[in-house]
Amino acid sequence: MGDIVLRNVTKVYGPAAASVLGELPTGVTKEALLARTGHTIGVRDVSLAIEAGTCFVVMGLSGSGKSTLLRHLNRLIEPSAGEILFGDVDILRLDAEALRQFRRDRTSMVFQRFALFPHRTVLENAAYGLNLRARSRAERDANLAKAERWIERVGLAGYAAQYPSQLSGGMQQRVGLARALATGAEVMLMDEPFSALDPLIRREMQDQLLQLQKELRRTIVFITHDLDEALRLGDRIAIMNGGAIEQLGRPDEILQRPATEYVARFIEDVNRGRLLTAGAVGLEAVVVRESDATDAVLARLHGQPVPVAYLADAEGRLIGVLTQSTLRGAAFGSTLRALARPVPSAPRSTALERVLPLTLESDFPVAIVDDGGRVVGMLPKDRIIASLAAAIAPPARLPGA
Amino acid sequence: MLEASLIPLAEWIDRLVDWLVVHYGDRLGEINSWIVHKIGFFERFLSQSIAWPLMMLAFAALAYHASRSPRLAAGAAAAFALIWALDLWTPTMQTLSLMSVSLVVTVAIGLPLGVLMSQSGGVRALMMPVLDFMQTMPSFVYLIPVVMLFGLGTFAGVLATTIYAAPPLVRLTDLGIRLVDKEVIEAATAFGATRRQKLFGVQIPLALPNIMAGVNQSIMMALAMVVIASMIGVRGLGQEVLYGLQRQEPGTGFVAGLAIVLLAIVLDRITQAYGRRLAAQRQIAH
Repeated sequence: MGDIVLRNVTKVYGPAAASVLGELPTGVTKEALLARTGHTIGVRDVSLAIEAGTCFVVMGLSGSGKSTLLRHLNRLIEPSAGEILFGDVDILRLDAEALRQFRRDRTSMVFQRFALFPHRTVLENAAYGLNLRARSRAERDANLAKAERWIERVGLAGYAAQYPSQLSGGMQQRVGLARALATGAEVMLMDEPFSALDPLIRREMQDQLLQLQKELRRTIVFITHDLDEALRLGDRIAIMNGGAIEQLGRPDEILQRPATEYVARFIEDVNRGRLLTAGAVGLEAVVVRESDATDAVLARLHGQPVPVAYLADAEGRLIGVLTQSTLRGAAFGSTLRALARPVPSAPRSTALERVLPLTLESDFPVAIVDDGGRVVGMLPKDRIIASLAAAIAPPARLPGA
Repeated sequence: MLEASLIPLAEWIDRLVDWLVVHYGDRLGEINSWIVHKIGFFERFLSQSIAWPLMMLAFAALAYHASRSPRLAAGAAAAFALIWALDLWTPTMQTLSLMSVSLVVTVAIGLPLGVLMSQSGGVRALMMPVLDFMQTMPSFVYLIPVVMLFGLGTFAGVLATTIYAAPPLVRLTDLGIRLVDKEVIEAATAFGATRRQKLFGVQIPLALPNIMAGVNQSIMMALAMVVIASMIGVRGLGQEVLYGLQRQEPGTGFVAGLAIVLLAIVLDRITQAYGRRLAAQRQIAH
C-alpha cells in the first residue's frame, strides 16, 4: 500500500482550536498555552514517513502525545491541522463510510488494556475484524477457520473456545494480536500493547512479534514508553516529548547520537550492551583471499589502526586472522591458510554483551560476519568498551550494516 | 372548584379526553376487546387446574436454568405448591398472565427507547423528564383517562402497569449501554464496525446484565401495581386483597398478599440469577 506520510500534523484540544493554531510556531509552551487560552496541545507539528513493511516505534512518556498521534493514523482522533497519507490515499479526505472501510480493510489495532470482547470466545474475538465483512454463514465459518490458524500462530492452540476472562494477561494480548493479524490489514497500530504485562511475558511477546514480523513484513506503528522495547523492536524510532518529535532515527543512531538534551537524558540508563549490535559499532576489516600474496597483504595493513587481516575463502567465508608479525616472520612459500590463526566471529545482529566474552578467547578483534558467514567487519576489544561507555564518538558505520 | 384558574389546565385536559372519547372511543374499545381476548386465552389456559403441576415444573426448571442451584428450583416449586394449597391458584395465574403481557409490552417499548436514549443526547434530554413523570405521577391520575378511553378491565390494567413499570427498564438499558467499556467500543470502531454492528454486536450484549436488572425492577414495579390495578377491575391477587379490605377479612387480604410476595420472590431470584450469569460471563479480567 506504500508508505505512511504525516505532514505537519497538529492536534489542539479546546473550545476554539483553530484560533490558537497560529501561535504554535512561536514556540509557546504547552503550559503557557493552557494557562492563557485553555487549549491543550496533543500533537505538535509532527512530520514523518513510515516505510511500508517496517516497524516504526513512537516512544515517549505519558502525556507526550504518542497515543494521540497513533489514533490520528486511523482517525480515531481528527487532527486540527496537517496531512496524513497512506500511499496515495489522503485519509483526511475520506467520508464516514470510506473511513470505516479503510479502517476495516487496511488497518488493525492492538490495545494496551487488550480491549477484547468479553462476551465472545477467543476464536470469535480473533475473527471479529474478518466477520465485519462477512455476508453469509459460509463466509463466517471460513473466517473462523482462518482465525483459528492465527490463534495457533500466536501460541493459543486449544484455547479457541475459552472466554477472555479465563485467560492470563499475556494470553489475552495474544488474542488481541491474533485479532489484529487475522484481518490481513497491511498496517498494524499497536498502542502500548505490552505495557500491561509483566517483564518476562513482555519479553516473550516482543520476541514473538519480531518472529512474526520477520515473515509477515507488516507496517507496524508501535507505541511504547519503554526505551528498551523501542530499541529492540523499532526499525526506526521517534522520540516524542510535549507532543513534538525530539528525535527520529534508527535505534543505534539514537543511542549514539542523541539529538537533544532530552533524548540524551533518556538514554542514560539504557543497557547499551544489550541494545547495540556488533554490526552497529563494528569497524571495517581488511579481508584477504588465499590467492593474495603475503607482500600485498602486508601493504594493505600498513597504516591501519588495528593491523590485522581476515582471511576468507572464495565465497568470502572466514578462515582465520593474519597479523603483521606472523606475515613478516613467514617462511618463504608458506600459504596464507597455514599462517592464519583461529579467531572468534559473531553475526552482525549479536548484542555487544554477547560479543564481549568472545574477546576473552582470543587476542584478536572479533570478526563480524553476515548470514552467509562472510566477513563484513571487525570488533576490537577497546571499541566494544568505548561503545558501552555512555559518551562515545560517532562510529564509522559498516557499509550495509 | 368551578372558579377559573389563571391557567385552566384541568379544563383543557378534561376537554381533550372528552374529545378523544367521543371521536375514538369506539375504535379504542375494539382494540381493548381484541387484546382482552388474547390475554383471556392465556389466562384461561394458565388457570386450568391441570396447568398447575406443569407451571410448577416450568418455574422450577426456569429457576434451575438461571441459577444452576437445586435449592432455588426447589424453592420455586415450593412457593407454587403453597400458592395452590392456599387455593389462590386462579387469581395468581390471572396476575401472572397480566404481568407477563405487561412485561412483554414493557420490554417491547422500553428496550428500544433505552437504546435510542443511549445513542442520542437529544432523545435522552427529552426522555428524562418523561420518565420522571411516569414514575412519580400518582397512578390514579392516569387511571382515570385510561378507564374513560378503554373501559374497565384487563387492558386498562396492562396500560397502567406498563406506564408504571417501563421507566426502570428504559433507564437501565440506557445506563448499561453507556457504561460499556470505552476501549472495547474503540476497538470495534478501529476494526471498522458499522454503528449497527457496534450496537447489536457489542453494546447491547455487554449491557445485558444491566438490562436484566432493569427487567427485574420492572417486574417488581409491575407487582406493586397489582392492587391498584384491581381497582379498575383487573382480576387476580389484587382483587383478593381488595375483597379483604372491603369485607374486613384480614385473613383473605393476608393470604393474597402472601401469594404476591411469593410470586415476587420467585421472579426476583430467577431474573437476578440470569443477571448474575450474564455479568459473570462478561466480566473483564485484567
